[in-house]
Amino acid sequence: MSAENRYPGYDVLAKREGLSWNDATRRTIDARLSLPRVPRFFTPAQWLTLQALCERIVPQPQDPDPVPLAAMLDARLLSGRTDGFRRAVLPQQDEAWRRGLAALEAEARTRYGGAFHELRAASQDELLRDLQAGRLSHEAWGGMPGNAFFAHRVLPDITSAFYAHPHAWNEMGFGGPASARGYVRMDFDRRDPWEAAEAAPGQERQALRDNHRVR
Amino acid sequence: MSAELAEHVVDEALRAPRALNGRAPDVFRVGGWVPMREYAADEAVDFVIVGTGAGGGTLACRLAELGFSVVALDAGPFFRPLEDFASDETEQTKLYWLDHRIVDGENPITMGGKNSGKAVGGSTVHFAMVSLRFRPEWFRSRSLLGYGADWPLDWREMWDYYTQAERALSISGPLTYPWGPKRPRYPYRPHELNAAALVLAQGAEAQGYRWTATPLATVSAPRNRSPPCVYRGFCRFGCATNAKQSALTVWIPRAIKAGAEIRDLAMAGRIETDARGRVTGVHYHRAQRWQFQKARNVVVAGYAIETPRLLLASASARFPEGLANRSGLVGRYLMTQSNQAVFGRLQREVRWYKGPPSLTISEHWNYEDRKDFFGGYCWMAQGPLPIEWATIQTSSRGLWGADLRREMLDYNHQVGLKMVGEMLPDERNRVTLADEKDQYGLSVARITYSWGENDKHLIHHALDQMQDSLERAGVTHLFRQEDDTNHLAGTARMGFDAATSVVNADCRSWDIPNLWVCDGSVFPTTGGVNPSLTIQAIALRTADRIKELAARGELS
Repeated sequence: MSAENRYPGYDVLAKREGLSWNDATRRTIDARLSLPRVPRFFTPAQWLTLQALCERIVPQPQDPDPVPLAAMLDARLLSGRTDGFRRAVLPQQDEAWRRGLAALEAEARTRYGGAFHELRAASQDELLRDLQAGRLSHEAWGGMPGNAFFAHRVLPDITSAFYAHPHAWNEMGFGGPASARGYVRMDFDRRDPWEAAEAAPGQERQALRDNHRVR
Repeated sequence: MSAELAEHVVDEALRAPRALNGRAPDVFRVGGWVPMREYAADEAVDFVIVGTGAGGGTLACRLAELGFSVVALDAGPFFRPLEDFASDETEQTKLYWLDHRIVDGENPITMGGKNSGKAVGGSTVHFAMVSLRFRPEWFRSRSLLGYGADWPLDWREMWDYYTQAERALSISGPLTYPWGPKRPRYPYRPHELNAAALVLAQGAEAQGYRWTATPLATVSAPRNRSPPCVYRGFCRFGCATNAKQSALTVWIPRAIKAGAEIRDLAMAGRIETDARGRVTGVHYHRAQRWQFQKARNVVVAGYAIETPRLLLASASARFPEGLANRSGLVGRYLMTQSNQAVFGRLQREVRWYKGPPSLTISEHWNYEDRKDFFGGYCWMAQGPLPIEWATIQTSSRGLWGADLRREMLDYNHQVGLKMVGEMLPDERNRVTLADEKDQYGLSVARITYSWGENDKHLIHHALDQMQDSLERAGVTHLFRQEDDTNHLAGTARMGFDAATSVVNADCRSWDIPNLWVCDGSVFPTTGGVNPSLTIQAIALRTADRIKELAARGELS
């Protein structure tokens, strides 16, 4: 559960057997939810850095069952699926990630004398803000611009993993898969019975009831 | 579970060709097949077409219907939308051209979903279905408006081909279109507007601008075996119901019925030429081996990256700079379109994931010339799905951490306007071959792009206008997405002579009479609207012209 619960009781997976999910969607989401949560692409050391990085980019402190972002990124890199292009200033995605995590680790040790994953969150964030602003220049970057790595690999790759997960759809009130039922009510402030109900102030219990009826 | 399974669980179409042994998938029937004619490799067919999207798919259909023998190659799979398409942003990236490319320049173009498809049907399988006509003056933008280059096509002739394309695609659109010369009524009624589309209308009316329901290639009532659109909202990730009128559901089935052969998972690597300097066929990779198809004519229809890449890669002793490239213009004058946006928040629930994303449009600034820059633009309503929306937040605002997660909670209250803007042709924006190789062993494309001063002026103007429109509609917490592009054009421009263009008005190359280019590459300018309808109209015209040339004995 996230800090703020706009759509209490809404679970997009409740529609899994309903009219909004086809077989192709069920196969896709089932596979995503059953990913192994161990590194297969990254080394154990890189894995520790990556997990700490993911927790700063998309923090999930209160979530009892956090989205396994590092595992999702690991699986994607293992699969070889790419964006289909690379910016000339960045190496291929595998190399960018390996070098980027090593460089982040080197920056942490240089500045704080400790591993990135063992730093306090505030120190991690400080380092990441400097990375985003292009202020880090350890030789471990090997000429790769840190700000480009952050903007074009770290942010899109980690957030794309989180917002591909049903947990993220639940907290946003996104309708999720819609094959082949689609939607009927298109106007302002209209929801189909199979869409998330938003809890207006004082209406939390009604929203909860509506969301439990979503199929 | 293997990583491959996890990433793309529905991958049968990607593993091995489906259009084989005298049959091709029937996209309208689960597990269905249709009979397909096949041609022998050493039998010189009238036309080999490389690419089956808006250009190649349309041309393959019409040439086959006119009685020519046609083999159409596509590097991508032959999808069955009813079975293969999930409602999922990540899974459906399988529709994009994700083979390796390098982008550089001052404003590198983001490749993938917004400008490249790799499937039978090309990028029309995932296009947003926006089907617009050019403003007539754009075909003479140099003479009449003072910028870019004139086209060798007459707008009145194009108007007829637009009408044909709109009928073939059963475009759903408004009774009367507010801009430009008269056009026939759209074949199908407009779609119901969602809340995001109504915000565009409110803003435009407050500004005193006209707006209308966007003409869309998704049916608003049953048509043949296409059911009416059910407003899933996953249009740009493939239509799983076949309401979308794409090349895959319209032109390809017609092409096969008329006797064309479609070869899926067939990557063209080189066009062969003979001692007379004419093309003789295409080398392509399919089913783990290189094959060769003889042909009397070759049409390249791979869009503005793959088309110049193939022409350049086919260099020979006789054509050391690549085919059709005596002018040196193959790969040059690459254009994309500015695709900036302004987003904000409403108190009311919008839920912009429902319905096609671009249900309303204002073309006001395409038809208004009182402005201090060249070119035009339109804007449309928006409906990004979660991953795209997160990417807009991270790339436009640099958000991450708790800030990002909190901002994303407002998803159902967000609205926005996004432009499609004309970028001017610049010969420095280009496609060249890099040293790196792809999985077929072919040199990858290097795509170099920088915005010009005029492009920046136009974008700035549009951002101010869209912001004003949203403010007048009561939208708050506005922010700008300042760096986004979509669509491609140029790199094999059509023109009036061999020195300043690659092909003539018939899409026939000046240098090699039996080599043609038929896709968005031939655009000398790109206009301020989405290009797919114009590409299809040009392909329809090209087919008619080929028939006339053949009747006069001028084909080969």
